[in-house]
Amino acid sequence: MSALPGSIEGALTTGLDDSPVLPAPADLPPLTEQTRLEAREIIARYPVPRSALLPMLHLVQSYQGYVSPEGVALCAEELGLTKAEVGAVATFYTMYKRRPTGRHIVSVCTNTLCSVLGGQRIMDALSADLGVHHDETAADGSITLEHAECLAACDYAPVVTVDYEFYDQQDVESARELVAALRRGEKPHPTRGAPLTDFRGVSRQLAGFNQYEDPRAAVDAPGNYEPTLIGLRLAEERGESAPAMTTGPEDQPADAGEPRDTVRPSGDTGETPGKEAADARVAAADTPAEKAGAAGSHPDAPEPSGRSLADSDDGTDTPAGSEPGTSGQGPQREA
Amino acid sequence: MPLSPVLTYRWGADQSWRLSTYESMDGYAALRTALSMAPDELVTMVKDSGLRGRGGAGFPTGMKWSFIPQPKPGEEPTGPAALPKYLVVNADEGEPGTCKDLPLMMADPHSLIEGVIISAYAIRSKFAAIYVRGEAVHAHRRLMAAVEEAYAAGYLGTDILGTGYDLELVVHAGAGAYICGEETALLESLEGYRGQPRLKPPFPAVAGLYGSPTVINNVETLASVPFVVRGGPAWFKAMGPEKSPGPKIYSISGRVVRPGQYEAPMGTTMRELLEMAGGVRPGHELKFWTPGGSSTPYFTAEHLDVPLDFDSVAAAGSMLGTTALMVFDETDSIVEATLRFTQFYAHESCGKCTPCREGTYWLVQVLQRIVDGQGTAQDLDLLVDTCDNILGRSFCALGDGATSCISSSLKYFKDDYVALLPPEEQARLGRSLRLEPVGAAS
Repeated sequence: MSALPGSIEGALTTGLDDSPVLPAPADLPPLTEQTRLEAREIIARYPVPRSALLPMLHLVQSYQGYVSPEGVALCAEELGLTKAEVGAVATFYTMYKRRPTGRHIVSVCTNTLCSVLGGQRIMDALSADLGVHHDETAADGSITLEHAECLAACDYAPVVTVDYEFYDQQDVESARELVAALRRGEKPHPTRGAPLTDFRGVSRQLAGFNQYEDPRAAVDAPGNYEPTLIGLRLAEERGESAPAMTTGPEDQPADAGEPRDTVRPSGDTGETPGKEAADARVAAADTPAEKAGAAGSHPDAPEPSGRSLADSDDGTDTPAGSEPGTSGQGPQREA
Repeated sequence: MPLSPVLTYRWGADQSWRLSTYESMDGYAALRTALSMAPDELVTMVKDSGLRGRGGAGFPTGMKWSFIPQPKPGEEPTGPAALPKYLVVNADEGEPGTCKDLPLMMADPHSLIEGVIISAYAIRSKFAAIYVRGEAVHAHRRLMAAVEEAYAAGYLGTDILGTGYDLELVVHAGAGAYICGEETALLESLEGYRGQPRLKPPFPAVAGLYGSPTVINNVETLASVPFVVRGGPAWFKAMGPEKSPGPKIYSISGRVVRPGQYEAPMGTTMRELLEMAGGVRPGHELKFWTPGGSSTPYFTAEHLDVPLDFDSVAAAGSMLGTTALMVFDETDSIVEATLRFTQFYAHESCGKCTPCREGTYWLVQVLQRIVDGQGTAQDLDLLVDTCDNILGRSFCALGDGATSCISSSLKYFKDDYVALLPPEEQARLGRSLRLEPVGAAS
């Protein structure tokens, strides 16, 4: 059985966790009537109550730091499910913790790209400093350490997150200093804005509630986004831009509030919607095919005969090989 | 091809994520146009634009919308047409290498929200959900604030902009499971179940969320929609090849001088993108790269001039995926990289089907043995056989994706595997190697 260094034997490749079920810690804050009211508030957001289960489990973690047996019972009662049904869901997802966590969760990306750029060295160093392996909590209760799969931040690699807030472009020394500061009770500022709170605070946000005294300030907090903006800056430097939209940028007044160098893919201020814009599109189309396409979207264009009928037939009889199937970052099967 | 900031063009503005900034830069102008059109006209417009899904598979967006059964004029709707319609946004970004949607939601969340409202109107949906990856708390926070702003400004809720159109939009956080990027697993998760894929058909367009007709679109796809409405199909098609047009966010990471997001027309080549990113780090050379994340077969230096659009990349033996260009140089072991990716798939396999659950487990064992210098002469064939028993036989595309890195690395870098075998095993290799993986890289 192989596992990444820093992993519990077997945990990485099977996802199984054979750790014993421990009794709840004596100092666990109880779930209250307030928790139930918030759970019902979550339920009210959805057309079908059970959709609230994932956010409700985040809510439980925001009070207790993990998915406790009490939390499972609360979700089951509020949704009319069995505890086994709730437990089956809670154990499927990585972010639901089955044992009490530290104040902060430190996640080190050790997927391939971060790993070759130093992520694995960071994980090993933090593991040694804290004296814990993957998914274990330091003796002082300050930190739960885990290795993470790709955190969708490859352009900032290697990355470490604390309570899922990003600390970008880390190395072994910066990550060790980060963890040391956390253990001293400090909260170093994350790279991407909002101030660090703790695992319970972030869980509250994931449940769909505000976790800040000043939420607007947290949303607006400045961060460092160089890789995000690098292509835009290069385009400005080189004077490159997307083709102008066809209503004619020369005819439009410049927007006063706009940064001078920002390239607008638009000459259309939105004040000439509908017919005029469509007229312009038809006029500007170069080829007969484009002209037909532009004319077809013209508000005055007649409804092409039979279109809606044909479309609705398509919907119930999807041809093989044109699976309207895949839409996300997850696994894709070629259509 | 030149850079073409469209989706990214607001990102550099001061507090680009705020409604006031968005409105000062043409924000919600397309919504006003769209709400003055008939829903079917919007569907046609997006069809005409040639916009294809940016989540990986490249399915034509307008066609996907047109699959939603709608009541026919003058008839009492029956079957799926009589059910509510739903729009679900796949913001569960997690394919290794992919990092385009989180920056988009951070820098310009209103472009996604505007795209959601227009698209929901086009398919006659009154409830939409954005399923955001749970670990992405920074993007989740910006999105929640932006949705709140949009409600307050009358862009969401009842009687939007006085048109009589109603839409509720919920931001829903996931909880850490790559498989939820697969659209039917995402629906299961959004319904409060374990995120395991559903059998198709029925497709979500007929029986999706709560058994009702549902469109699931990626973040970048929906954020493109307001630009299609404002610029028109001809403008959109002016960028990139005719069959996969439009601007695309290319995410370059790894061993390059300036990693980051570069928006350019579809069909831009890796040679051009590498030049923009400052090239491979000094003193080193490109060894292998992924065109669209870890589930897409590796490319090498010989593929630098392949136009990066859906059809050209497929013709060259890989997939465009999410245009997540992970760059590795000669110091990186392709076998270890492949082991890491395979560990990822084994960890993220949902366990529903046997080929993927068991196959990915055994692939890790064999690859680990090879990396540890304990491989045998049979192991390379064993890898090929195991991949052959997963590809096309697993329940969803996660299993297929898990074989891509193994099959393609054996295809291009077989010697790297052989070099890790003990000398006596190398001597036993002979010429019996079955190193053209069946069905791989097709």
